[in-house]
This record gives sequence, C-alpha cells and structure tokens, in this order.
Amino acid sequence: MEFPTETSPHTARPNSVDTVMLRVILALIPGIVAMVWYFGWGTLINILLASITAVTAEALVMKLRHKPVLFAISDLSAVVTAMLFAIAVPPLLPWWLTVLGVLFAIVVVKQLYGGLGYNPFNPAMAAYVLLLISYPVDMTNWLPPRMLNDHPLGFIQTLHTIFAGHLPAGLTWDTVSGATPLDEMRTQLDMNRMISEIRQSPLWGDFGARGWEWIGNWFLLGGLWLLYKRVISWHIPVSMLSGLIVMAGLFYIADPNTHPFPLFHMFSGGAILGAFFIATDPVTAATTKKGQIIYGAAIGVLVFLIRTFGGYPDAVAFAVLLMNLAAPTIDYYTQPRVFGHKRGQT
Amino acid sequence: MTPPNQQRLWRFHGGLHLPDNKAQSLGRELTQATVPQRLILPLQQHIGEEDKPLVAVGERVLKGQMIARSKAYISAPIHAPTSGTVASIGPEPIPHPSGLVATCIVIEPDGEDAWAELPEPMDDYQQRDRADLRERVRWAGIVGLGGAAFPTSVKLNPGPNVRIKTLIINGAECEPYITCDDMLMRTRAPRIVSGIKILKHLLEVEECLIGIEDNKPVAIAAMRQAVTDAGLQKTRVVTIPTLYPSGGEKQLIHILTGKEVPSHAIPAQIGVVCHNVGTTAAIADAVLEGKPLLSRIVTLTGDGVAEPRNLEALIGTPVSDLIAQAGGYTNAVYKLILGGPMMGIALHTDAVPLTKAANCLLVASREEAPDPSPVRPCIRCGECARVCPVSLLPQQMYWYARAKDFDKVQAYNLFDCIECGCCSHVCPAHLPLVQFYRFAKNEIWAQEEEKRKAEQARQRHEARQARLERLERERKAKLRKKKEALEKKKGAGGKEQDAKKAAIEAAMKRVAEKKAAAAAPKNTEGLTPAQQRQVDNAEARRRAAETEGEQEK
Ligand code: SF4
Ligand code: SF4
Repeated sequence: MEFPTETSPHTARPNSVDTVMLRVILALIPGIVAMVWYFGWGTLINILLASITAVTAEALVMKLRHKPVLFAISDLSAVVTAMLFAIAVPPLLPWWLTVLGVLFAIVVVKQLYGGLGYNPFNPAMAAYVLLLISYPVDMTNWLPPRMLNDHPLGFIQTLHTIFAGHLPAGLTWDTVSGATPLDEMRTQLDMNRMISEIRQSPLWGDFGARGWEWIGNWFLLGGLWLLYKRVISWHIPVSMLSGLIVMAGLFYIADPNTHPFPLFHMFSGGAILGAFFIATDPVTAATTKKGQIIYGAAIGVLVFLIRTFGGYPDAVAFAVLLMNLAAPTIDYYTQPRVFGHKRGQT
Repeated sequence: MTPPNQQRLWRFHGGLHLPDNKAQSLGRELTQATVPQRLILPLQQHIGEEDKPLVAVGERVLKGQMIARSKAYISAPIHAPTSGTVASIGPEPIPHPSGLVATCIVIEPDGEDAWAELPEPMDDYQQRDRADLRERVRWAGIVGLGGAAFPTSVKLNPGPNVRIKTLIINGAECEPYITCDDMLMRTRAPRIVSGIKILKHLLEVEECLIGIEDNKPVAIAAMRQAVTDAGLQKTRVVTIPTLYPSGGEKQLIHILTGKEVPSHAIPAQIGVVCHNVGTTAAIADAVLEGKPLLSRIVTLTGDGVAEPRNLEALIGTPVSDLIAQAGGYTNAVYKLILGGPMMGIALHTDAVPLTKAANCLLVASREEAPDPSPVRPCIRCGECARVCPVSLLPQQMYWYARAKDFDKVQAYNLFDCIECGCCSHVCPAHLPLVQFYRFAKNEIWAQEEEKRKAEQARQRHEARQARLERLERERKAKLRKKKEALEKKKGAGGKEQDAKKAAIEAAMKRVAEKKAAAAAPKNTEGLTPAQQRQVDNAEARRRAAETEGEQEK
C-alpha cells in the first residue's frame, strides 16, 4: 500500500483567511445597520456598489496576472476593503466617486503592490484620502442624523441622488446635507466659541455627537465580537483608543473651554471603526505585540493631533496611513526575546 | 511521602490546546505483539555514526546477542530481538520522510526465542563504578525512546566539570494520539522508578522531577504510588497543564524549573538532564537484568486502524504486521504517520520496520490528516508568532526562507525552531511554514558542507603547494650548502644563511598547523546544531576522559 507523504503537521487547519474576512464582514453589520438607520439608504447603496466594483476589479487583475480568479476573490478581502471604504465616505457620494475610489484601492494600492498581503498601505484608507484631497466638497457633504433631518430621503430618492449626481427636484444641498460633528466642532472652535456654547447645539448627544455615538457603539459591539473570536487581538484597539483619550484628556484638563471632552473624540467620528476595523488590518499593521501597542498608541495620538491642529476634521485615515509607513520599522525594533536568548541578543 | 503537587510551574510562550485524541488507543490492554516472520533492523536507529554488522548472512543469532556496533562514541549497538538466522544484510525501506532505503540486518526468527548469554545483573549498582554502569547502558543500545534517538549513555556522561542538579523525567507525552508513555507509566511505574534510582545514582543528583500532563490521571497516580513505595527522596511527580509542546525537552525543563536552556546549548549546561520515561525503564532493564533494548511499546491509533491499541513489539517488526495485530486497516485509512500529527513523518509504505525511537503509528483518515489546502499569501496576522513556543517570528522566517535569503533567516534564529508545527497549524493562509524552515535548514547545512569541502580542498592544495615549495627549497638549500662548504673552505661564512633557515622552518611550521586544523573533527551529517553541539561536547568529554585515563596510567 502506498501512502501520501506530506510533511508535518498533518492536522486539519482550524483557521483560514476566508473565515477571518467573513468574520470581519459580519462584525461590520451592526454598525452598518445603525448607519442606515441614522443616515438613510446611502451607505447601503454605496456598500453594494463598492463591493461589486471591488470584486470585479480584483477578478480582472487576477485574470491579467494569470492567477486563479475564483480562488482569489473567494478570500473576501476585496469585499472588506470595499465595505470599509463605503462606510467611510458620505452616504450621498456620487456613484462615480465611489467607483473611482474603489478602483484606486484595489488596482493601485492593493494589486500593483502585489495583491493581498503585500500592500504596505491600507487600501480603503488610501483611497479615502485620495478622494478627500481631490474632491473635498463631495467628501465632506454629510447628512444630519435622522432626528435632526427635516428632509430625510427615501430609498428611490437616495438612489437617484447617488446615480444622477443631483438631488431630487425641490431639494437643495443646503436643506439636505450637514457637516459632520467633527467638522462642525472645528468650524465653531475656529470662530472662537467656547465648548459650553457649542454643546448647546442639538448636534450633540450624551457623550458624542447624536447618532454618531450610537453608530460607534454598534461598531464597538462588532469589534468586541472580533476580539472574542480572536480575529483581532486587543493590542491595537486598546492602545489606539487609549492614545486618543489620553491626549484628548490632557488637553481637556488644560483648557476645557477650547477642547472637547475626551469621549467626544471617541464617539463622534471614525475612532471606534478605525480602532477595531481599520488599524487592525493585519497586512498593514505592526505584527509584534509590543509593536502593535506602539503602532496603535501612535495612531491614537496622531488622530488627536490631526483633528485638533491639522487641516482635516477627521484624521483616522491619515493617522493610519502614516503609521502604515512606520510599521515595518516598528516590527524590526520590537522583536520578542527568543527562548534561550538573552535580552537584546538576537 | 512525596509531598503533593506543590511545585511552582512556569509557562512557555504560545503553545496550542489541541484535542488530545488519546482515549482511542487506551481502551484496550497493552499486549505483546507476535514475533513476525522477518525482523528488519536498520544499522542506524540512533543519532550518530552508523553501526557495522558483527554477523554474517546465514549465521545463527541468539536473542540479546549484539549484531551491530560502531566504534564511534556517539552510537548505539543493535541486538537480535529474538533467536534466528541472519537472512540478509542489505538495503531495505526504512522509516524516513523521503522514503529512503538503508542497510538493514534481516533476521528470520526460529521461534525458539533462545537467549544469548547476558551480562550479569547489577543489583548492587550503588557499589559499582559509574563508568561500568554507563558502559552497561551503552552496551544495551539504549537511545532516547521519546523519539529523539540520541544515544542515552552519552547523556549520562555530562563530563567532569559539570554538576547536574536536577534530573527530569519526561512523561508529558504532549502530542495528540500518542499514548505509549501513558501506557508504560500505568503498567510499569515501579520499573520506571527503579530506572530513576539508577539515574540519580549515576548522575549524582539529589532532585528528580517527573513531569506528566494533567490529561493522564491514571499514570500520575501510578507513578506517585511507585515513588512512595520505593521511598525515593526528593523525587516528585509534577502534574503540568496539557499544552502542546510541553513535552519538548527545553519546554519541559522551563515548565518545571523556570530555567531556559540557552540557545544552541544542552540542558547539562544549566545543571539539568532530561530522560523520557521509556528510556528510564530501559535503563532499569539493562542494569538490573542485563537485558539490552529489544522491544518497545508503540501506539497504533487513528481512524484508519480497526482496533487502536498499544502493543509491545520487538524492534524490527514490520509496520504492516503491527497494523494487522491492531485489527488491520479500516476503509477510512488515508495516511500512515510515524509519530504524532504535529511532528510525525508520513510513511509512504507499511513495509518499514519499527525502530527504537518509533513511539506511534497514526493511521489517519482523510479527516484526521487532510491534504494540504490551497495556500494564500501571508496576511501578516501574527497568529504564528502568537503560538510559537520559542517566541520566534515565523512569518519573517518564512519570508526569508522563501526568498532563499539564508543569512536573514538565520538572523531570525531559524536554528532555534524546534519544528513543533504550531505555526503551520494556526496559519489562516495555510502556508506550509515548517516545510520552509526544514528546507532552509537543509540548504544551509548543504552550503556549509560544501564550504567545508571547498575549504578542505583548498587546504589540501595549499599543503601540496607548500610541500613542493619546501622540497624545492630544500634542494636549493642543499645546493647552497654544498656551495657554502666550498666557500668555507675558502674561509667565508654568513649570517644570511641562518635567517633563511629560520624562514624555512617557520614556513614548515605553518604548514603543519594548517594540516592539524584540517584534521579537526568531522561533522556528522544531517544533525541539528543542538545535536551537533551535543556530539561535539561528548567528543570533547571523551577526549578529556582519555587523556585523564592516560595520565592515571
Ligand atoms: S499565521 Fe500565516 S498568515 Fe498569519 S502571519 Fe503567520 S504566516 Fe502570515
Ligand atoms: S515550528 Fe518553529 S517557528 Fe513554528 S511554532 Fe514551532 S518552533 Fe516556532
């Protein structure tokens, strides 16, 4: 009798890339539902459009590279990228911008660098930044949450707006859209108003911005589930949020009139989403445990600094991209001590 | 009384909680395997030099008779497991991952099981010279029965300046499916304890720790009882948490003592010696009964075999015979693995024999040992690093091994990798990481071997060159001397000549030194650096012992 002779280990593998990606997708769902609830159908339409674009682009590139197409797209990584991008952009973003962003993410940022596992930058964030710089108006055109929205758009109206590029008859952007809370905060602060005054606005809720704070909670729920399932480890989310809160806290203590309460930073923009879903992207993050803590904390600090002193209201994308650049170096200097070696000796 | 388990335990990094799958093979009693029609005994069943046959084809051999031996210090002799006739000496398939054949002595048993004359039992070993005891273990052909196959007598001789503080007995048996040590401890705990007594005397150690994973309560109880009955002082059975690979030598030492064996070193360097329970029992057999190592307990298990069980079988029994005695194959049979699922080697045929270090035959179904799944790129998730018991960075090593950047891969401490398979097991990209490490290690050894050969060739060439030059110089010197003699007659001398002479002598000395360097000890091929280190240390000790002996004379 002849037997196959592969090398050890001979076990069935308990984990797979597909499962990892699928779990990330599932973990995003509560937050997405919350977004649709507060901001209407736009986000969902964007996610579908982005996913279809991403998978098609990935398939085409794979075909051009003479790689097995179905096998490649079945890893679901393109869908994850598409979803993260679609969640980050405004719900009524014109369709072609979504398509452009996703194409850039998949074709340039991911595939031109060699595909899954090889890209140094987070594709969704790189695309987000590209669009933000090139189309700042469209990219900051957010909606007010439903309780503050006098003219919520229905599904068909939303679809029309996204694909036709203009609002349904009788509506103007002024009535429909609004700035993001972070944007609003900046504008008001720039006008030298005090936090106590700014907080009078109906935009603010219990601990962050209204609507946004609850979206943050739902993403947090998904993130905790990812932790529980060991898809991600605690190091990056905890250190990133700590970095953000510590910085915000210090400035808040120094001058509570011009610096919002730390929880505002956590629950008003993409901080939670960024901490659990974006900074934890394994391909572009630091991989050693010590490195991940440094990496996460640095992102948290950068988010605060860019939000407070930089030119753009939200900063997760910039902070993540900057630290992507540093990740290999961080990994190099944070190698664990090998068993039987003295500290510092490699 | 042995105090209960109050030992402080340490934890190594990473590791895996695996389904242990040990119940299958523990449901049946330990039985003796029948004597097969042919016993196949590979000349190399140990790490070190291959043995040379001491018998000829057609010769009758008796049970326990030594049939092969090597003069090298790192080696273990082989004995006839039963009486019979030497049918052939030649290449036979052996258990090896690449399906190699190697020289084996094949014995056809005569059914009489007639014993050869055995050396006398050493019941009074406490009064014996330790060297005699070591010689007995060496004669008995005992090697590490946990799978390492390193000659045991070498490990019993840590050298004159090394003080061993702790003897560790490895009953962890951490790999799934394997239960032969468990069975041994259940059935022969007193024998193991006798072996421990001998080892404590031999190594002059006070303290002995017996490490057993907590998934073996029966074995733990049996061992505790045996230790108590024997009234052994400072000997404790320590229950350790079940966590793969806690049975790895360095891991077990760390768990029990908190000490880390330095990279590329052997445990003796930190005052520890570690032996497997099976090895310990074999030592007792050799010393107390004068019996060499002729058989061992082996686990037959997996969904591919009808009656999973443990068998005590003669070394050299063909695997196919063993499987037949475990009810034969089931329809589910797919892979035949020697050892466990994490580190075992897949055999291509069941025509190979049971060797001394073979602890388990896992006859796996397709579900138990599936074909490798398609590989995706590394997503740098770090899971591999999380589980690595040595705290390596497997993804970095993989990266450089694949790129054949062997300097880099060594800088990431490739040679500290124990090939436990944890990283491959958890990798979501299903990368065959361990395979890449083996590949890199083999390439590096091959390169070093090549370098060594090239260096030897260069030195030979230089030596030849130097010899020719020397001859030439001597010829010229002679000529010159003649001339000088002539000139002396004319009344002239010269300091210049002395200087030249000194230069020649210096050159000759250099050549001699180079030659001596070229004759440095040869590498034994295919060893891990740790093993190589052990071999080297042992050689050094042997030389030291020899010179000592000479001085005494
Ligand atoms: S476990 Fe596999 S995919 Fe994850 S970092 Fe290690 S090698 Fe890469
Ligand atoms: S096989 Fe080597 S690298 Fe992988 S986990 Fe084991 S020791 Fe670490």
